[in-house]
Amino acid sequence: MSTVKLTVNGKAVSVDVEDRTLLVHVLRDHLNLTGTHVGCDTSQCGACVVHMDGKAVKSCTMLAGQADGSSVTTIEGIAKGDELHPMQAAFRDNHGLQCGYCTPGMIMSAIDIVQRHHSQGSGGQLDEATVRQELEGNICRCTGYHNIVKAVLDAAGRMKVAQAAE
Amino acid sequence: MYQTTYHRASSVDEAASLFGKSSEAKFLAGGQTLLPVMKQRLAGPSDVIDLSKIKDMIGVEAAGDTLTIKAATPHYDVATSDAAKKAIPALAYLASLIGDPAVRYRGTIGGSIANNDPAADYPAALLALGATVKTNKRSIPAEDFFQGLFTTALEDGEIITAVSFPVPAKAGYAKMRHPASRFALTAVFVAQTKSGEIRVAATGASQSGVMRVGAIEAALKANWSPSAIDSVSIPASGLLSDIHGTSEYRANLVKVMAQRAVAAAG
Repeated sequence: MSTVKLTVNGKAVSVDVEDRTLLVHVLRDHLNLTGTHVGCDTSQCGACVVHMDGKAVKSCTMLAGQADGSSVTTIEGIAKGDELHPMQAAFRDNHGLQCGYCTPGMIMSAIDIVQRHHSQGSGGQLDEATVRQELEGNICRCTGYHNIVKAVLDAAGRMKVAQAAE
Repeated sequence: MYQTTYHRASSVDEAASLFGKSSEAKFLAGGQTLLPVMKQRLAGPSDVIDLSKIKDMIGVEAAGDTLTIKAATPHYDVATSDAAKKAIPALAYLASLIGDPAVRYRGTIGGSIANNDPAADYPAALLALGATVKTNKRSIPAEDFFQGLFTTALEDGEIITAVSFPVPAKAGYAKMRHPASRFALTAVFVAQTKSGEIRVAATGASQSGVMRVGAIEAALKANWSPSAIDSVSIPASGLLSDIHGTSEYRANLVKVMAQRAVAAAG
């Protein structure tokens, strides 16, 4: 057993877990943050993606101990109160989900893609081909991806406007 | 996953000493291979020793004609490193093709080569570029380091600290990606060293892991162009065959990927 200290969605937490515990199980089973999903459990589907210190990682492929001392953001931590994150709003407006199982991971990966391209100085001008390529670690079995890609491109514009306004 | 004890090392020496005190320890870098293997209970180390927070083991540096990538540097850092993109663009490109973005944030060059998966990307680059693997005990030429499927020259408890690549005159990489696993169905790295030597390495093809392709090297020595490879015949014997591709298919892929790699190298 080890004590793992994390900042999750801005709140300091401490959990005592077996060393073999995966980050996703700390989030779901110990902190009751069940928005992060376990899909394939083999690092391929991306349903478990969260942000660790600002980067999208697969929380089913990390020991909780590896995340000790890190800041973790889950799907529960991105809205401001009742106001959805622009990526969440864009998924809703563009019908970017059907069953919704992959959606939390899709949204966390998509935010990472947009932030990465903003910070790389491309001015957030994401194109469809780039979004499709960079969503390769997230699998959706319902939508055929078309509306997911539309949502990410829509949100990239909204996030740029929001960033400019700050 | 079986029970295990997690340790986070803050230096290479501490990691080596932790290893010495454990019964069946494994070093953990990005964990993008080791953890899935442990989850399937195909490995059950008594202890895992995390190397990924050792500051001396992270970074990309160019000095003179050598590009050095420290062992715990994630693929994302290599793919976006200005030093790597300037010195050996084909290597930065190779790093950008590993796994997916989330895997590239965590997976490391040291972890990849220590595992020596027969379809991993980095082994092809190390072999084609004539790289040197630095460990906490010695320096090992890539030729001697890779010793067949999932087998390397590393001794028990030996830690890879960095990989040094001589900067080539030209290099290119081309990969046929497996669409689900994103490993190489077959991929080829071609390099022309500054002294004029031609080196070609293929991954994902051979039953013995990463390999040099002498016939293509000879053809390119006579004429550095994709068309020079047209008449080369790659024997299918000894190549991998599975539900994703027969050995004949992979033999053809070695040629086609080499041609694309040469075209990319210019």
